[in-house]
Amino acid sequence: MRPILMKGHERPLTFLKYNRDGDLLFSCAKDHTPTVWFADNGERLGTYRGHNGAVWCCDVSRDSMRLITGSADQSVKLWNVQTGEQLYSFNFGSPARAVDLAVGDKLAVITTDPFMDSPSAIHVKQISRDPSDQTGESVLTIKGPQGRINRAVWGPLNKTIISAGEDAVVRIWDSETGKLLKESDKESGHKKTITALSKSTDGSHFLTGSLDKSAKLWDARTLTLIKTYVTERPVNAVAMSPLLDHVVLGGGQDASNVTTTDHRAGKFEAKFFDKILQEEIGGVKGHFGPINALAFNPDGKSFSSGGEDGYVRLHHFDSDYFNIKI
Amino acid sequence: MAAAQQTKLRWGELEEDDGEDLDFLLPPRQVIGPDENGIKKVIEYRFNDDGNKVKITTTSRTRKLANARLSKRAIERRSWPKFGDAVHEDVGSRLTMVSTEEILLERPRAPGSKPEEPKAGGDSLAQLGKGGAVLMVCRTCGKKGDHWTSRCPYKDLAQPAEGFVDKPPVSESTTAAAGATKGTYVPPSQRAGAERTGSDMRRRNDENSVRVTNLSEDTREPDLLELFRPFGAVSRVYVAVDQKTGMSRGFGFVNFVNREDAQRAINKLNGYGYDNLILRVEWATPRAN
Repeated sequence: MRPILMKGHERPLTFLKYNRDGDLLFSCAKDHTPTVWFADNGERLGTYRGHNGAVWCCDVSRDSMRLITGSADQSVKLWNVQTGEQLYSFNFGSPARAVDLAVGDKLAVITTDPFMDSPSAIHVKQISRDPSDQTGESVLTIKGPQGRINRAVWGPLNKTIISAGEDAVVRIWDSETGKLLKESDKESGHKKTITALSKSTDGSHFLTGSLDKSAKLWDARTLTLIKTYVTERPVNAVAMSPLLDHVVLGGGQDASNVTTTDHRAGKFEAKFFDKILQEEIGGVKGHFGPINALAFNPDGKSFSSGGEDGYVRLHHFDSDYFNIKI
Repeated sequence: MAAAQQTKLRWGELEEDDGEDLDFLLPPRQVIGPDENGIKKVIEYRFNDDGNKVKITTTSRTRKLANARLSKRAIERRSWPKFGDAVHEDVGSRLTMVSTEEILLERPRAPGSKPEEPKAGGDSLAQLGKGGAVLMVCRTCGKKGDHWTSRCPYKDLAQPAEGFVDKPPVSESTTAAAGATKGTYVPPSQRAGAERTGSDMRRRNDENSVRVTNLSEDTREPDLLELFRPFGAVSRVYVAVDQKTGMSRGFGFVNFVNREDAQRAINKLNGYGYDNLILRVEWATPRAN
């Protein structure tokens, strides 16, 4: 395959997200301006100007009309996807790290980093249909975990919130009361910071990637560990194919060490694993720096990766990808 | 400046203007195509830095990527106007490019085996020893299997050779690899004791490379592989292709795992008639000895 290279960002990529139809790709980077691209040919559709810091995460509503972005400028903004107009800005006292819209797009979960004296927190906000009714009040605030919470997503039926972060523990919270329901086991769980978390299409299980050089597959209801994928470099990004039983891990050595070694030693490929057999299928090379973001097109026929090198690489699979045998 | 546009334009004033406001003087943008080959031509006019009118013709080819079925909403989104920074995108900015490189999903070496050897250099060496094939031939002293060319310490350090050793003992090759590490620069992160990330520095072995010339234009890599495979294990086949026309340039290279196989292929196929042409097959690099 010949990937499409998109050079719209001037700083390392942080997050990639497809809309539900898979025709738009949203990219976030440390350069303050989230960007939307056509996912078929990589043409840039527009940018969302207004943030004043690195943008860490984004999510798009099911009807592809609203975009929510979380940024290090201590704000989370709502945007009109079509015009790039800012609709609302939630302001926090600390940088926002993760955002995720609930099923139905009426609620959003937002995590904030520890900053000054305030510890990290998970906020649940109401999202109004009409942006003029939007308020900034939190429905629920959860505090407790130490260190950054790198990802928080909604569990099945919006009943739970799944969070993971620097303390290497995956937690499931009750989304109404804020009570801690489940915690991953220290023995079987990750040993280092969890950097990425990605839900399956049906939401029944999810994949976490960690700097301990492994990715783990968990049941979203019971938090039982299903599978572990071991690789030879820290994992910064994970994605699951909606079409085949494949998982993709992206990562690479720490960005601060990149210049000291041969680029082949960095292991900047996106590694494909068989979801069930936990065996490596192959690697896709190309980035000149660690991969920070991965996303699968909802149709499963293409995926994109975003790297520390500032490039988004959009890969449309060749036909032989679909009948790889292990 | 707006006033200048309103009043009748006087040529004397044109010089003072910075040129950008004169865009209304330019012929309109023209889009031709895309034709049945997907080739689209965009003709634009603009002023360059010297204030001269220039015509910019951009020819682009849109590739058809799988006829994806799109929802109505997605088709509607396709025609959304650009916004934000994308509005002022220059023709030449080239934010989106198609990679010139063909990227493959690289399978791990042997499906089912361990994905990565912890020690790249020594291990691949040892494996070769086991397989009976000798991949390394020192370019400096021509000795096989002992050391790499770059590290050839000439005769002094070389182990006593019994003529041409075909199957070096495994132990010998590993010691050679270990001894060779001193004196070369090793990045701190890969020094002994540091966490080993192990670069797989598998050099391309261009020793057993065979050049094939006078190929017909229809010859592709699989054809060449088919032609040369009977002589032995082939590690690489390459046919030079013209970047612009996509036609074969009439020559290619075949790398053999074993030198003997390569020699046999040369003996047999040099002067062989293939596709109405007489092939010329020779060693790719003229040998010093």
